[in-house]
Formats: sequence, structure tokens, C-alpha cells
Amino acid sequence: MYIIIVGGGKIGYSLCKALLDEGHEVLIIETDPGKCEHINEEIGTVCMRGDGTETATLADAGTTRADMIVASTNEDEDNLVVCQVARHKFSVPRTIALVNNPKNEAIFKKLGIDCTVSATNLILEHIQQEVPTHALIHLLKMDQQGMQVVEVKVPQHSPAIGKRIDELPIPPTTLLSALIRQDAQPLLPKPDTVVGAGDRFIAVIIGEMEEQLRAALVGA
Amino acid sequence: MNIIIVGCGRVGAQLAALMDAEGHKVTVLDVTANSFRRLPSTFSGTVMVGDGTDEGSLRKAGIEKADAMVAVTEGDNRNVMSAQIAKHIFKVPRVLCRIYDPLRKDIYDTLGLEAVSPTTVFAQLLKSRLEAT
Repeated sequence: MYIIIVGGGKIGYSLCKALLDEGHEVLIIETDPGKCEHINEEIGTVCMRGDGTETATLADAGTTRADMIVASTNEDEDNLVVCQVARHKFSVPRTIALVNNPKNEAIFKKLGIDCTVSATNLILEHIQQEVPTHALIHLLKMDQQGMQVVEVKVPQHSPAIGKRIDELPIPPTTLLSALIRQDAQPLLPKPDTVVGAGDRFIAVIIGEMEEQLRAALVGA
Repeated sequence: MNIIIVGCGRVGAQLAALMDAEGHKVTVLDVTANSFRRLPSTFSGTVMVGDGTDEGSLRKAGIEKADAMVAVTEGDNRNVMSAQIAKHIFKVPRVLCRIYDPLRKDIYDTLGLEAVSPTTVFAQLLKSRLEAT
């Protein structure tokens, strides 16, 4: 594949090396002449000097035949423009944007960038999975429909304990798809299943239902 | 009209002063407070330190009630991002932005942004002046 990376910082540089090792054709576009020279000395002539948000630069880089473009500068607005120009002017099939400010991840999605990566959000997700104090854990995102799979653990003093599932205020678009109890086979939760302390539910949720589901199973 | 101007450079400040003098409600947003020195002492609108590409700052500036938004910071890409947030996320009825690079302006024209390229406008102006004498 021909992959263009805009931004020759730490991420762009390491990504380039890894992709070259995998046998891809890679080009970095970097505005800073010093960084550009450094990259070319280190890993061969793979860096072109220029502003990757400019149409003319992207044309010189042969963006029309690129299979993928990765915008990895440390300015979110530049990453947005790189991806939009690549998509709309050069019809690049796959665009990936690094998002420096995690708040921008949602904005980028709304503005049509198909793949975004936020280091802050990634680390946060890992923390949530590693640290057991979080009662609700995000397991999987299914981006297109705004759906995600989460795990909710019922804590010791939850008001849900001893109640049947149909007595709980489970939000309407939520699907409780599995119940995992200690030392037992996974179960399919039914309306009359009674919730116990330590129960772990795997649920598919849509949109903003996360907080409601958490409140129903975990309490305030 | 309720107008938000992002970027208080020479153009932003002058536009703010003109609209304010005509009785519009103007809010100017800039990342550095020092930029507001460009506004005339008669300016009666609101100034706010904040980033025009940040949803929170725009909200604080009252973008949800704005009739128009103009993005005139120094960076083309910043203007493009601000303008798109205003238009597509906050649904501001009228959004204008400055894009120096004429090629980039063309792309964003096709993406539905109302963009002005001072480069093209000024070059054409100079050309017509030259031809007039």
C-alpha cells in the first residue's frame, strides 16, 4: 500500500519505520526542515518538506494514488484539514486523524473523518479496564451506529440486589446480552432473573444510555 | 444581528468595530487578550479569551444564539475548523471564513463553507487598478 503520513513528529516517525518494515511504500510530509533532514538521514529518503494541509503539496506527493493518509501533526485543525482535503480533493479511500485534544474526537466524527485516534482516550479506556473500581467498563465500540458493548458489575451495596430485572429501570434501547456469575456458566438474563451482588452484565447500549444503565445496576 | 467573530486581528477588530457601530450585538473571541487592544475604545460589544475551535469556548461566547459567525484567525485550518463547528454542530445560520490559500478555498466551497480568499480578492483588485490607469 502507498501510505502518506503528514507530520514527522515522534508518532509520524515511528509509524513510518513500522510501516516500512511491513513492506509498505511510505512518505512523510513535514514542514520543519530540521526534522525532515533528520528523518531522511535516519531511515532513507522518505520525507518530503512541505505543508501537508496544502493541496499543491499533496498533489506533489502523489496523493491521488495513495491508499491511506495518516494526519499525525500536533495541531488538530491541521489534521482535520489534511483528512478532508485528502478525501474530497484526492479521493483517498482511508483517512486517519490523530486527535490531540480528546474533546475533538466527537467533532471529527461529526465532520466526517472516518477514523480518529486520541491517545488520551485510549489511555483512559485502558485505565477503566485495568482499574476494578470502575463499575462500568467499555469493551467494544461499534462506531457507525453509535453502539457499544459494556460490562457492568453489580457492587455490594447496589439497590438492584434482590430485584428482578424487569423491576429495574433499565433504559429501553439497552440489550442485556449475558450475565456472568462467579463459578458459573454465562447465562442469558431473563426478565425474572434476580440480580445478586457481584453479577457481571454484558450489555449492548446505544448512544447516551450509559449513565442510565449504570444507575439502574450500580445505584447512585 | 447577533454576531460572533473569531480572531481579533486587524480584520477581525475592524469588522467587529463596523458591526458594533451599526448596532449589532458583537462578541469577539481570541486566544490572546492582548489582541483586543486593536478594538476602538468606542467598542461596546463583548470580548472573550478563548479558542474558536473549542466547542466549550464557542458555547460560552453564545454561539447557540448567534445569527452569524465569522472566522478570521491567522490560520486557514483553524478558520476552517471553527467554521465547520459553527455550521455543522451549532447550526449557525450564516457562517463566513477566511481561507488565504485559493486552492483550499475551492475545496471548502464545494464542502459548503462560505469562504473568502483575501489572496484572490486582493490580486484581482490590484489587477483592475493596474488596468484602470
